[in-house]
Amino acid sequence: MNPVVLEAKNIVRDYHLSGGLFNKARTVHAVKGVSFSVEKGKTLAIVGESGCGKSTLARIITLIDPATSGDLLIDGNKIDIGKTALTPEMRRKVQIVFQNPYGSLNPRQKIGDVLGEPLLINTGVPADERRERAMQMLLKVGLEEKHYNRYPHMFSGGQRQRIAIARALMLNPSLLVLDEPVSALDLSVQAQVLNLLADLQDEFQLTYVFISHDLSVVRYIADEVMVMYYGEAVEYGPRDTVFSDPQHSYTKTLFAATPRADVASIKARLEKKKAA
Amino acid sequence: MALLEIENLVVEFQTASGPFRAVDGVSLKVHEREVLAIVGESGSGKSVSMLAVMGLLPWTAKVTADTMTFNGRDLLKLSHSERRKIVGKDMAMIFQEPMASLNPCFTVGFQIEEVLRIHLNMDRAKRRARAIELLQLVGIPDPRDRLGHYPHQMSGGQCQRVMIAIAIACNPKLLIADEPTTALDVTIQKQILDLLMKLQAEHGMGLIMITHNMGVVAETADRVIVQYKGRKMEEADVLSLFESPKSNYTKALLSALPENAVGDRLPTIAGFMADEAAAAGVAS
Amino acid sequence: MAGTSAPSTEFTGSVSVDPSRRARFAEFWYYFSENRGAVIGFWFFVFLVLVAIFAPLIAPHAPNAQYRDAVLVPPFWQEGGRVSYLLGTDPVGRDILSRLIYGTRYSLFIGVIVTTIALVGGIFIGVIAGYFRGWVDIVIMRLMDIILAFPSLLLALVLVAVLGPGLTNAMIAIALVFQPHFVRLTRAAVMSEKSRDYVVGAKVAGAGHLRLMFRTILPNCMAPLIVQATLSFSNAILDAAALGFLGMGAQPPTPEWGTMLAEAREFILRAWWVVTLPGLAILITVLAINLMGDGLRDALDPKLKRS
Repeated sequence: MNPVVLEAKNIVRDYHLSGGLFNKARTVHAVKGVSFSVEKGKTLAIVGESGCGKSTLARIITLIDPATSGDLLIDGNKIDIGKTALTPEMRRKVQIVFQNPYGSLNPRQKIGDVLGEPLLINTGVPADERRERAMQMLLKVGLEEKHYNRYPHMFSGGQRQRIAIARALMLNPSLLVLDEPVSALDLSVQAQVLNLLADLQDEFQLTYVFISHDLSVVRYIADEVMVMYYGEAVEYGPRDTVFSDPQHSYTKTLFAATPRADVASIKARLEKKKAA
Repeated sequence: MALLEIENLVVEFQTASGPFRAVDGVSLKVHEREVLAIVGESGSGKSVSMLAVMGLLPWTAKVTADTMTFNGRDLLKLSHSERRKIVGKDMAMIFQEPMASLNPCFTVGFQIEEVLRIHLNMDRAKRRARAIELLQLVGIPDPRDRLGHYPHQMSGGQCQRVMIAIAIACNPKLLIADEPTTALDVTIQKQILDLLMKLQAEHGMGLIMITHNMGVVAETADRVIVQYKGRKMEEADVLSLFESPKSNYTKALLSALPENAVGDRLPTIAGFMADEAAAAGVAS
Repeated sequence: MAGTSAPSTEFTGSVSVDPSRRARFAEFWYYFSENRGAVIGFWFFVFLVLVAIFAPLIAPHAPNAQYRDAVLVPPFWQEGGRVSYLLGTDPVGRDILSRLIYGTRYSLFIGVIVTTIALVGGIFIGVIAGYFRGWVDIVIMRLMDIILAFPSLLLALVLVAVLGPGLTNAMIAIALVFQPHFVRLTRAAVMSEKSRDYVVGAKVAGAGHLRLMFRTILPNCMAPLIVQATLSFSNAILDAAALGFLGMGAQPPTPEWGTMLAEAREFILRAWWVVTLPGLAILITVLAINLMGDGLRDALDPKLKRS
């Protein structure tokens, strides 16, 4: 068995909304005790619709926000950013790729600086080596050396997502959180980015937490699937088990609602229409 | 005779870096009681061509066409005021962002009744009754209460239902739905699509479904037009499009669907996909 | 044509050249030049800067030289005017044209210094308020609200009265009065940028507070600040002139436009040119800079940017 890279035990996240003049203070439970673990080189997909707490969970795993309670273990080390400051070594272990490639790159930063910044902050690598490594990473994600001095607005959505992936990989993380990385992209570009992610996973033995609402993408990329509904994990298991034999009623609803683009279901629909 | 008939539509925009051709010689026909899907990726000009039909493009756009007739009337010859009588009444449109398409300052009821007042000249009591009926039709519970609600008090799915209610208020002959479910969750998407299909069948409307989602196409359309970079790539009925696509682009699009993956990598057809890079030049 | 080699057809520039900056400037100029008033304002401003720099070369006389034989000489086109004093002389026989030319230096100097102090201070305080929020924000913003509650000229007057009259103190007072506008603007911009993904991304990359505030967020907030800075530039000139007129700004015999007005006040009925010409100089300068500011707003403010 591969070593476990990420383990979450009973993660809870509450938001306290302070009461205004007319509203009482109340607590929103965004994540209600979620547990899971991911092995090295595997992909866990977290599926759910808007407001189910999957993005909150992503921020907790990426060590941006602290969990209200529960344990988070990365490479076997327990981390609680609410109590202790984060060391650079821990910081570089988890990186994130955001959904919107148009908002996740600083518009005033050249691509070279985007890629070099993580090294500049976290390591003592000299400038020319930073440049060297940024160049290598650009090539690795399918861009070219001449893109080094360009600004983000000169790239298409798919290219920006490649840059965002490259930045996330600059620090050699062991865990990459992908927050809906392809849902803002066109279909053909989505395929390219998914292929790139698969290539990188093979090459670096990366561990992915892939957050998505798109079941067809999840079915393609995931090893394990967790379905979230109102802050709870209602379904969690290996991909084939979840897709072939969903247990929870919400999972079934979700599967039923996903539009099918295969010839058989089109035929069935047209038959039904003719009969009506 | 076709409900909407367009021949050789060209739309050009004036930009800082010279004219940009968003739609390049598109021809299409929609018949009564027919669901036509226009599918394409971003920048394929699928929305722009329909906005041109509605006359909703900004002044920087130059629209030309050999023919553009709706219900037997030549849209190119109509004056602005005559056109406004058709748009919103016989030809209605719903958009991608339901929250942004409703005016946040007015109640839902007011916005539905406004359409009825402008196009049908109904009196107050009739308008109200019709608004309640419409909300019932699009499946909003407690329609009487909901009339007094503001858009921000409703969810995205409910706002889209209200948008649909406004669009079908005057029993249009043609409904244009521009990515009506893209901003919605899958389960809500299913409900909205079902609603649209039900209304289309009951009212015998023509429906143009603009989308980038092949699943939505498969679930709704009778006939499909595939557009790419402002050009029409393929036109076929839905079954033959999915069964035996003719154009390379359609093939590429279908094979890029993750559910069609063979092996552990998705096929990408080089010729068309290379344009992703070219798109960067357009974007800057 | 293979998928990965295709991009080379699109760009041919070499790595070292930065095509983006030039392209961005071209785009800026496109939007800026659509506003004709802005272009006129811009060229007039360039003209003023040149006049200020080359004042000793252009001016026919020294600004403070008094010609006893030529007191209150009218401009040359009027009866009794002399060509050696193109725009006439003031009550103590100084050439008005020369004084106006040297006055440009003071006006631009005031504008630059006041705007710089207000901008730098305002940005610093505003970034801190917008970034940290909480009680820091509350304390800072209430303080700014108090400053904003006073009529600006009155507050400047009080400050000058406390600090003592003089050009330096007037500039400090005006800068203090202008500061809250910059603080508010910066804070609002920082607050809206702070939640953007790229800021979170930089945080995940390990960036500390200072880096996030000044390297990541601030450069993206500059557009509205540049516009506000231009508009304060003209306001600073106006306020400095007002303080000078009230005797609280630059002291005679400095050839500052507001002070010139004040000195000539009693001759307003006998010699129109001694008050009209400095007044016109202030008016045209402020108008030109404001026009330029409007053009800048059109070109830089993304909310107004047409696609």
